[in-house]
Amino acid sequence: MALTKEQIAQRIARELKDGYYVNLGIGIPTLVANYIPEGVNVVFQSENGLLGMGAFPFEGEEDPDLINAGKQTITTVPGAAFFDSAMSFGMIRAGKVDLTVLGAMEVSEEGDIANWKIPGKMVKGMGGAMDLVASAQNIIVAMMHCNAKGESKLLPKCSLPLTGKRCVKKIVSDLAVLEVGPDGFRLLERAPGVEVDEIKVKTAGRLQIVGDVPEMTF
Amino acid sequence: MNKVVADADQAIHDIRDGDVLALGGFGLCGIPENSIAALVKKGTKNLTCISNNAGVDDFGIGLLLKKRQVKKMIASYVGENAEFERQLLDGELEVELIPQGTLATRCLAAGYGMPAIYTPAGAGTEVAEGKEVRRFGEKEYLLEYAFEVNFSIVKAWKGDTMGNLVFRATARNFNPLVAMVGKITIAEVEELVPAGELDPDHIHTPGIFVHRIFQGKNYEKRIEQRTVRRKL
Repeated sequence: MALTKEQIAQRIARELKDGYYVNLGIGIPTLVANYIPEGVNVVFQSENGLLGMGAFPFEGEEDPDLINAGKQTITTVPGAAFFDSAMSFGMIRAGKVDLTVLGAMEVSEEGDIANWKIPGKMVKGMGGAMDLVASAQNIIVAMMHCNAKGESKLLPKCSLPLTGKRCVKKIVSDLAVLEVGPDGFRLLERAPGVEVDEIKVKTAGRLQIVGDVPEMTF
Repeated sequence: MNKVVADADQAIHDIRDGDVLALGGFGLCGIPENSIAALVKKGTKNLTCISNNAGVDDFGIGLLLKKRQVKKMIASYVGENAEFERQLLDGELEVELIPQGTLATRCLAAGYGMPAIYTPAGAGTEVAEGKEVRRFGEKEYLLEYAFEVNFSIVKAWKGDTMGNLVFRATARNFNPLVAMVGKITIAEVEELVPAGELDPDHIHTPGIFVHRIFQGKNYEKRIEQRTVRRKL
């Protein structure tokens, strides 16, 4: 069985280490905050100017001055801090943020990522994604292995305009956990019940398989 | 020293067709609602607007777009505005999409009196096209220029008669940066107080950057994505 979006988030949450400052992108990455492992304390950065992002507010307690980068109403946790957008990207650029989790339309076997534009169709913009991928120490991509047409999104080369070059370190898809290394994608784990062959077929870029590939457990 | 003007109409009275504006705010959070409404009323055209986002169809900069008052938009993310997307795809609107940190830092550079900065954001992508690329260590950086802006328009929580500003929560976002860029900076505030009432230690934007300040009214503070959890 392929992982659900919630399970992708749950698997990524296992990468969180105590003391990490973490930036979560919009979509599946946002769900990671729901699965922080016990005993692990992390601080979430929201690039619109907040360290210490908390849960959604209770109904009736929404504050229009307090939103995350996805423009959703949120709360703060004790010890939170506000700052302006230049300082926010200053801490990102300077490598103070330990982990960035974001979505992607395509990832290449060299770690290039495309997630901001489909020429002629979608022109939403890159937001903070280009700054994040250019500077983050550690980038994990949360994505579906294939697009709606069943075509692989893990490619030899990205076909869409790039967000950043050679920056993705790890991918958690609905089928597998993969690392990006000098020889392309390296298969680390597979989703429960998903065979290595299926992952092979659905990975268009170079795929390294070494030994037995363990199954994820939930 | 008193920088107080009566209202938004007076604050923006000399913004002319073709001017370059920078506006504070992130999404609809911390946007100068009163000044935008006054610009819509005045009907100033061919504006270049520098702002992280372009509002939504019926609020924020979206109101200026709807009336075709914007010639060019410089932003990082415009996903929430269908009218914007339509004008862009139809070639009616000039758009420069730039990374969010680059937008913030190009404001910062202008406010700090520096002509340009180097940033790794966008290196190796189409954002780098036509730009000077310089390698520091292992990494490529793009030369990005400080903005040149006629009028900056910001929204603060509190301000005093000398133009000192205090922002609230994530409504701070681009506002303190935008405040530093304009040849003329206009600040609208939720609460205008006499000089001396704000603690100097708590001021985010010193009044030297602000030329006109007024007490705003009828703030709608629209929420774009109302997300809540249920009480157990």
